[in-house]
Amino acid sequence: MRNRSLLYRILLIVALITIAIVYLVPTFVTDLPDLWKQYLPDQRIRLGLDLQGGTHLVMTVEVDKAVENTLDHTSEAMKRELEEAKIGIDGIERKHLRLQVRLASNDSRTAFNDFVKEHFPNLTVESSTTEGGTPQFELALTKREEQHIRESALDQSLETIRNRVDQFGVTEPIIQRQGTQDILIQLPGIQDPQRAKDLIGRTAVLEFKLLVNVPDADDYVSGKKPLPSGDQILSGADVDRSAGGRGRRAQYLVESKTLMTGDVISDALVRPATQLEGPYVALELNARGAKQFDDLTGRNVGRRLAIILDNTVYSAPVIRERISGGRASITGNFDIKEARDLAIVLRAGALPAPVQIAEERTVGPSLGQDSIRQGMVSFIVGGSAVVLFMLVYYKFAGFLADTALLLNILFLMAALSAFHATLTLPGIAGIVLTIGMAVDANVLINERIREELRLGKTPRAAIDAGYERALPAILDSNITTFLSGVILFQFGSGPVKGFAVTLCIGIVSSVFTAVVGTRVVYDYLLSARRLQTVSI
Amino acid sequence: MSIELIKPGTKIDFVRYTVWAIAFSWALILIGVISLVLHKGPNYGIDFSGGTMMQVRFSGKPAIGDIRAVLSPLGLGDVTIQDFGTHGSSGGEEFLVRLPVEAAELADVSKNIGAALEEKFGKDAVEVVRIETVGPRVGRELRTRAILAVAFATLMMGAYIWFRFELRFGIGAAVALIHDVLITIGALSIFNYEFDLTVIAALLTIVGFSVNDTVIVSDRIRENMRKSRRDPLAKIINNSINETLSRTILTTGTAILVIVALFLLGGNVIHGFAFALLVGFTIGTYSSIYVASPIVLFFEREKGRRR
Repeated sequence: MRNRSLLYRILLIVALITIAIVYLVPTFVTDLPDLWKQYLPDQRIRLGLDLQGGTHLVMTVEVDKAVENTLDHTSEAMKRELEEAKIGIDGIERKHLRLQVRLASNDSRTAFNDFVKEHFPNLTVESSTTEGGTPQFELALTKREEQHIRESALDQSLETIRNRVDQFGVTEPIIQRQGTQDILIQLPGIQDPQRAKDLIGRTAVLEFKLLVNVPDADDYVSGKKPLPSGDQILSGADVDRSAGGRGRRAQYLVESKTLMTGDVISDALVRPATQLEGPYVALELNARGAKQFDDLTGRNVGRRLAIILDNTVYSAPVIRERISGGRASITGNFDIKEARDLAIVLRAGALPAPVQIAEERTVGPSLGQDSIRQGMVSFIVGGSAVVLFMLVYYKFAGFLADTALLLNILFLMAALSAFHATLTLPGIAGIVLTIGMAVDANVLINERIREELRLGKTPRAAIDAGYERALPAILDSNITTFLSGVILFQFGSGPVKGFAVTLCIGIVSSVFTAVVGTRVVYDYLLSARRLQTVSI
Repeated sequence: MSIELIKPGTKIDFVRYTVWAIAFSWALILIGVISLVLHKGPNYGIDFSGGTMMQVRFSGKPAIGDIRAVLSPLGLGDVTIQDFGTHGSSGGEEFLVRLPVEAAELADVSKNIGAALEEKFGKDAVEVVRIETVGPRVGRELRTRAILAVAFATLMMGAYIWFRFELRFGIGAAVALIHDVLITIGALSIFNYEFDLTVIAALLTIVGFSVNDTVIVSDRIRENMRKSRRDPLAKIINNSINETLSRTILTTGTAILVIVALFLLGGNVIHGFAFALLVGFTIGTYSSIYVASPIVLFFEREKGRRR
């Protein structure tokens, strides 16, 4: 009976060791035969960003800005439709997430209420007051509508950022939603994190506007004359190096009205530098865009058209003739890298709302290498110290415990690979710590066996009693550590999660190797070799 | 002949020194609290305070003053620059540059700093090896979650011991854990280590490890209570602690061995983490002998008095 159960246990351990080795081979062997790749696991242990280098970003999408944008569009539409409906107004203004409408006369109150219900069902009247004879309404988007806008702003941002990262060329990026307004981005092994951040963080709203055609534009720009309504001042991308510019950015007086936006772009390509000019970005417009562009160039021949990206004027060429065929270009003082990034953001489209970096963790590849090396050194030194100590203190039983320890590390690494877990620097610390703590189970068992031997029991009885009596304490103490590991996993992010993972896996496998693994050896020795004394 | 750290039959009267132990524990906690007050609260790293931290590696050994001279014209507010030691293989000096939250919110701040340093020291002489930015909202969230996690873990451990043993054992374990966490936080403050996410990971590990010893001792107390019902609890506790003492010392010993290896060889990034573990594991072993068990005894005496 005992022999059969022993055989099963030996088979189980051999099977587990084989599986573990199979899972670990891809990590240590670089050229796997095709047959292996086809039928057996070919995943290597994944290294965290803190070990292989890379950038971890959490970007907050300013979803409220998307709501504000919608309200701005709505207020424009409302102005037009109120005119058609012949309801006189004193003004419409957006205050954060509300629209304030002042009516011209008190008589149109009911008419306005009905008008909103009929023409703008996505708005609700939050309050209406009468101030100094003029009725004033506060309108807001319905909660559902606001929610919808926020959600889709986040989803669109995610999609756009994913497009940009894909075109930037990062291997195995992770891009996912996190909570209600954040996007998590992990870019392993990138060489130029700053460039990636610039690329991801750019809102990339492209607008075409006309420069105001007045001789005294400079006076408006410098503030000598008040800004006419309907006009605005924007800065240029390049520093003005002319005598009057004094190293400041050039300022442009443009009409506020947007004639065309970047959503009509079907493709954007980098054109390399020629002898006459630097690299530029050629735009291809879709059918709607081609018509718009044809129209706007035809009507404004001779005027200057400002090409504006995120409220910065890139160039403002003179329109020489009507441009048909749906082609435009953006020139500027940029190098080939900048031109390529510009083309990427124009192709991928604009973000529906600006984004901000909420969290960044960037580790350079050299620091990652250092961490791996230091982790390995402390692993080897700490591990050897424990192994040596156990051997000296418990002799043969110590040797068994050390064997269990090695198996434990094997299983732990294999589990990391099998579960596609990520190994981080704290994760390595977790493995080192596991070595120190894993021998606890064997210490408990061995101390118990010593106690039983002292009571004068035979080796067999002492070993049986030792394992049996130590078991509850081993389980209890490991379950508690496991629980705190689970809590840590829930709480932690990135590297710290890696620690929780190695800690928890280490606990499970150390209990198994200590309780089942070493027991098998004793049982074998007791039944086959008729063990007379215990070296412990 | 086997080596024995603690001779069998050792009978140290642990319970007798309870009063001294209580005084010792309070003294340690008090010193920690005084240090926290003097330092105006824990020394939060940017994980919790928010802001930007850059680790910059130089090929030479520039003076802090030179670096400060490069950075101050950038107008970044209260910048701290800390010597982070010499980098092992290249022999160059590393510095930590820490910027307050307000500066971290400026766009391109890390780009500008990198550019300014490269301009002054040469492009190949400067390498930014790590950048960490935590916005104020994320910092607040992480702080709340850290406190919740440690509190929740402590409660869970107490509840588990209650479930497996008795309520008084559970309370004893929970009090011992609070004791360990407080003393570890105090020690971190005294030695001016930063509180970051890895330190919280260390605190949770301490909670998990320290309760181990409590479990082992409690398990033995329960066993001995069944075996010898006549003996007074104080004697049973004393015997149980003595019987498990060599296991306690051995396990803590091997754990401390690897932690010392991590502390000395694991590199700067996990220094605070290893330090917290070192203090916490040591105190945790002491507390399962001198905090958890006396509380069990205290409840016993209260029960006797009420009868």
